Amino acid sequence: MNQKRVILEGSHFMNGDIACAEGAIAAGCRFFAGYPITPATEIAEHLAQRMLEVGGIYVQMEDEIASMAAVIGASYAGLKAMTATSGPGFSLMQENIGLAVMTEAPCVIVDVMRGGPSTGQPTLPGQQDVMQAKWGSHGDYEIIALAPSSVQEMFNLTIEAFNLSETYRVPAIVLADEVVGHMWEKVAIPPAQKIKIVNRKKANAPSEAYAPFMPDDDLVPPMACFGEGYSFHATGLTHDEHGYPQTSSSEVQQKLVKRLCDKIRKNADKIVRVEEVLLSDADIVVVAYGIVARAALSAVRKARAEGIKAGLLRPITLWPFPENHVAKIAQQTKAIVVPEMNCGQLVREVERAAKETPVTFLSKLGEEPHTPMEIFEAIRRNS
Amino acid sequence: METVMAHPFAKYLREAMMPHIWCSGCGNGIILNCFVQAVDELQMDLNKLVVVSGIGCIGRAAGYVNTNSFHTTHGRPIAFATGIKLANPELEVVIISGDGDLFAIGGNHFIHAARRNIGIKVICANNFNYGMTGGQQGPTTPVEALTTTTPYGNIEHPFNLVHLAAASGATYVARWTTLHVRRLTQSIKKLLQKEGFGFIEVVSPCPEIFGRYNKMRTGLEMMEWFRKVSAIENFSDPAKAEITPERIVVGEFVDIAKISYEKLIHEKIAEINEKKMQW
Repeated sequence: MNQKRVILEGSHFMNGDIACAEGAIAAGCRFFAGYPITPATEIAEHLAQRMLEVGGIYVQMEDEIASMAAVIGASYAGLKAMTATSGPGFSLMQENIGLAVMTEAPCVIVDVMRGGPSTGQPTLPGQQDVMQAKWGSHGDYEIIALAPSSVQEMFNLTIEAFNLSETYRVPAIVLADEVVGHMWEKVAIPPAQKIKIVNRKKANAPSEAYAPFMPDDDLVPPMACFGEGYSFHATGLTHDEHGYPQTSSSEVQQKLVKRLCDKIRKNADKIVRVEEVLLSDADIVVVAYGIVARAALSAVRKARAEGIKAGLLRPITLWPFPENHVAKIAQQTKAIVVPEMNCGQLVREVERAAKETPVTFLSKLGEEPHTPMEIFEAIRRNS
Repeated sequence: METVMAHPFAKYLREAMMPHIWCSGCGNGIILNCFVQAVDELQMDLNKLVVVSGIGCIGRAAGYVNTNSFHTTHGRPIAFATGIKLANPELEVVIISGDGDLFAIGGNHFIHAARRNIGIKVICANNFNYGMTGGQQGPTTPVEALTTTTPYGNIEHPFNLVHLAAASGATYVARWTTLHVRRLTQSIKKLLQKEGFGFIEVVSPCPEIFGRYNKMRTGLEMMEWFRKVSAIENFSDPAKAEITPERIVVGEFVDIAKISYEKLIHEKIAEINEKKMQW
């Protein structure tokens, strides 16, 4: 087999959706189930061609509910699995995302955000699913969500999402936006052996002694897959370490749900990633993510050129939210500006972490993202 | 004489999950028994067997069998099983679930899995209502039947499940009642050996819930109904097999050969990679 063609390498000009698809292949994803939806369709189209070239499975399901279910099934059968969608489909996936949380199925969900609610504005960008990514399924849980700002990051963070998902046995969401998904940029793909790939911890206990939901010290249980010689039960019901339902035990419910939250909360320092630009002496800090952070960076540079000590804090991990980073800069800065393509979502987290420091929110809806000038004006007004 | 205390099928069940949740007179135990008998007769490799279920009384069956098993969200076992089968075609994936789970909330997945001819096997316990939630009307509830949500009699037309399965493209379609234990077992054996998407409907008594509202208060009375009105007619027209109080046609309806989705996709993968080697 011509390996060179199978796994991409070197510099390529591509859009964000395709970079995401290639990132998945580089991460070792060999199963994609999805349903067409603007502006994420190109991910499915590209993988319909590429998955089979690398010996993987592409299947177009009847809806997003089925896509998410199939992804969990494939994950339990041992493959790294992914789906990609946008707001309406993301809503449909929520119940099964909860199943993936409860059964600790590693999987990646890409949500290329458009304008909502409902059918909204399919071809325009939005950042309106930030809270849905965290709270969309019922019950208490923690999840991982990453927000790419460039086509290169669509590639890199898709790999990162797989690595985190495999490490913590939790669904990881790539929370992109329409601009990042459709924008064309250069992507540099290193040789495969230089890309860090993480695979789930395999079960190593003898099959009689294997308890499928018995965690190690890091709170993550090693994972057996169907057909590997371990006969075990998994269920969306509250279950004990053996996977057996315990629907009336408060002890089991507390132990399980707290562990599912704690495996992310207690490892947050290892998971959280941010980009910090010119923060050390900043009087005013812009907190922005996704495509908006690109405009914010230009605005910060322009402000500096005009003598305003501005800086940028870009959460790459939206969930878990980098609250320590925000709390730290809040103590040293006079004001924070949060531009988002929604009516105020991540800004709530920023306000919570910033405590006394004033936070100005800059909303944008139904059009292209904030311009650098709009953010610059907000910086100037608040400095 | 030596006394053997273990049940010959004990190895197929998870003892830790007992006692089961099913009411006395319920048909689910018969269905599980027939399934286990079929697995035993075929000497199936339990390591390669995955039982998937949705939500409902029979949904607990996945937890009771001592194989790989997954108890999914309501209505989604077929979609979930599709992922398992495509990811590892060596696994035998069997769905044991109820009529509400598979044909109301999960109806769309059923028709599309049958259309694609994914090699998964579906055994549906049809008890004419939602038993676990206390007996509400469902997609198989007979016209005029009383349930907690049709207190004046059901005005919806029920699905004819074997007709739906046949029309959607299933390669094997059969219907039995829990009275037809030997035939059901043989039918499950056949189902497990078929390529592609196969379906068995098992008409099953729910005396505690459905029967209570419809003048069949014991399992025996419900089984008596099955005995009186069921007629074995193999390969009859599934379109004419609607279940009525007067008639339940049972037997095999469809048994055809059709290449499965998983075979086709792996053929494509081989073809693509062969082409690439020629470049």
